[in-house]
Amino acid sequence: MAEQTTPALPPYSTLRSQKGEASINLRKHLRLKESIIQGFLVFSGALSIFTTVGIVFFLGEEAIQFFRSPDVTLLEFLTGTKWQPHLGEFGVIPLLNATLVTSFIAMLVAIPLGMCVAIYLSEYASPKTRGTIKPILEVIAGIPTVVLGFFALNFMTPLLRGVFGNNVVSIYNMAAGGLVMGILILPLISSMVEDALSAVPRALREGAYALGATKLEVATQIVVPAAISGISAAIILGMSRAVGEAMIVAIAVGAGPNLTWNPFEPAETMTGHIVRISGGDLSYGTIDYNSLFAIALMLFIMTLILNLISQRIIKRFREVYE
Amino acid sequence: MSLQENQPLYQSNLNTRHRRGKIWRTVFIISTVLAIISLVVLLVTIIDDSFGYAAISYKIPLSEIAPAGVPLESLTCAELIPILEENVSPNRFRQIQSEKPFEEWSQQECYETVVYEVGQPKAEETWSLFYSIRYADELKAYVAQKYPEGELIFKQWLNIDFVTQPQSKDPLIAGIRTAILGSLYIIAIVIIVAFPIGIAAAIYLEEYASQSRVHRIIQTNINNLAGVPSIIYGMLGLAFFVRVLEPLTSGYVFGYSSEATANGRTILSAGLTLALLILPVVIINSQEAIKAVPNSLREASYGMGATKWQTIWNHVIPNALPGILTGTILSVSRAFGETAPLIVVGASTFVTFNPDSIFSKFTTIPIQIYQWTARPQDAYKNIAAAAIIVLLVILITLNAAAILLRNRYSRRLS
Repeated sequence: MAEQTTPALPPYSTLRSQKGEASINLRKHLRLKESIIQGFLVFSGALSIFTTVGIVFFLGEEAIQFFRSPDVTLLEFLTGTKWQPHLGEFGVIPLLNATLVTSFIAMLVAIPLGMCVAIYLSEYASPKTRGTIKPILEVIAGIPTVVLGFFALNFMTPLLRGVFGNNVVSIYNMAAGGLVMGILILPLISSMVEDALSAVPRALREGAYALGATKLEVATQIVVPAAISGISAAIILGMSRAVGEAMIVAIAVGAGPNLTWNPFEPAETMTGHIVRISGGDLSYGTIDYNSLFAIALMLFIMTLILNLISQRIIKRFREVYE
Repeated sequence: MSLQENQPLYQSNLNTRHRRGKIWRTVFIISTVLAIISLVVLLVTIIDDSFGYAAISYKIPLSEIAPAGVPLESLTCAELIPILEENVSPNRFRQIQSEKPFEEWSQQECYETVVYEVGQPKAEETWSLFYSIRYADELKAYVAQKYPEGELIFKQWLNIDFVTQPQSKDPLIAGIRTAILGSLYIIAIVIIVAFPIGIAAAIYLEEYASQSRVHRIIQTNINNLAGVPSIIYGMLGLAFFVRVLEPLTSGYVFGYSSEATANGRTILSAGLTLALLILPVVIINSQEAIKAVPNSLREASYGMGATKWQTIWNHVIPNALPGILTGTILSVSRAFGETAPLIVVGASTFVTFNPDSIFSKFTTIPIQIYQWTARPQDAYKNIAAAAIIVLLVILITLNAAAILLRNRYSRRLS
């Protein structure tokens, strides 16, 4: 009983004999085990590379099949103004246009609001207020996008129709989707901008106060310009998010390609089109199937470029202030 | 002298500057409040749609089902079952009986079954909670006039039956049990796959390959993957897991065969796709947690003669684990709410049976919400809202767990 409750050290002699006899074997054994483990670790690290290769390979392969088909050429795909697969017309412009219009509306909401929230949190709010508001914003960022799509369709659309009239605003429209997408992106922008603003050294602010600047002048003429690279990185990342967002636009924006600038008309974005077509019966190897991969490849390239620009800016920005 | 001349000008200018400062301060506060209001409005909209009056019409009016003069709800089970037998087809009657023998039925169950099977109710129109409360009298008059044989009932769309019943084409009895189970199966796969691989990759990057060229390449790659839209992962899952690995993800390789899953659009494919989707986030969060482990711990362990792996296993991982778990739970809650990649991978539109293995067809809560939201009829909007509440409750629970873990962790460090 006593031996079970109190952990007893082995006698010194055993310890020494173990050490003396087994040391070489033990080390060999451990090395083997460690190299197996290290192999697994390397594999796990490399898996992310495989994922990227997989994305590029599969999107590229199916997209090449699409462009090889007699119905479409790369030029027609990039410049055609009609997307009607059943008529053999595969011009991506209407889908791209809808993506850009909804993203533009989203940024129109998210940039000014996000900036104001970030400036308030970083320059005006007390630590306690900041501690309350930041989690609330995180909650918005964590809401599943399908829920925001429901919100866009059942709250934002009726609101817009009430304000502008039922004959002006369609049931499915780009404005409602874009506005709610702005709400989704707002916390992303505000938290990244706030980080950038907080990283501006205190000395800059104090220097400005000493010259007689008001709080607003310090915030807008000293802190914001000093953090401009972080702010632009946040905005570009927000754009990338807006371009790639799928569920809000799939639910609220509409279900048919439509080349229009009017935000109150229905349209279909690139992501919305992928969701709608792949949600139905889709057989492998058909031109419809391949066309989705061509759209996805284009989407991937767009977001990748935006992300790379954003990362480049962040890197440069870090070099200045560390 | 110039100073004296400038003094009044300076002062008037100062007032304008202060005023401008005040105005903008208000603008900043209003923006912040607006952001919070949008969240509140969102929640109110959802709750508003989860409860409210519904106009129900019956194919056979309830008053005609019961013997003349007796209200249907006052009948006993013994009286109700013959009515049921009389009015439904013999096949349907046997089917109902085989689901649960009549001897075990409560009076309430008998009544509800008769109303549903014989009366065949249909939700004609529904109203939101606030509208129902404000215009209760008008609604009663409206329904009495428009649906003389129907009735107006106050419907709680979110209730126990909604959570425990399988999916159905009829919004009045549709539930999300199959969707909840589908979500849980998929999340289990996501955890089993993404958790070990994510931590292993983070350990490799931080402990073995830090500062090396490989580290830089993989790190850049992971940062880029974290920004790839989720729908692209869906396309990868469709092309690779569903199409290329079809024998594996359909379960043929393991001797599992079922016609329903013959095309690889299974829980396994969905789980692997979502695992790849959250992997970059898990890796980045785990790296942060491992970075936060003080170097003195590692050096002390090496000083005692431990090998690299012993140091990592006994000191680095235990100390980083709370941070890793927090990050992982948050990314799992992201996977829980994902919809687009699962639609692309091929979620089923209609699953009434519980998934029985990882090779089953699947649907998840977000997919249900999407499908119900996309339908024009009133009642589907209500059950979509009810499903959203279930989803949000699960996500809030997950996030609360992460926050608790984080708090406990930070307390231990201080």
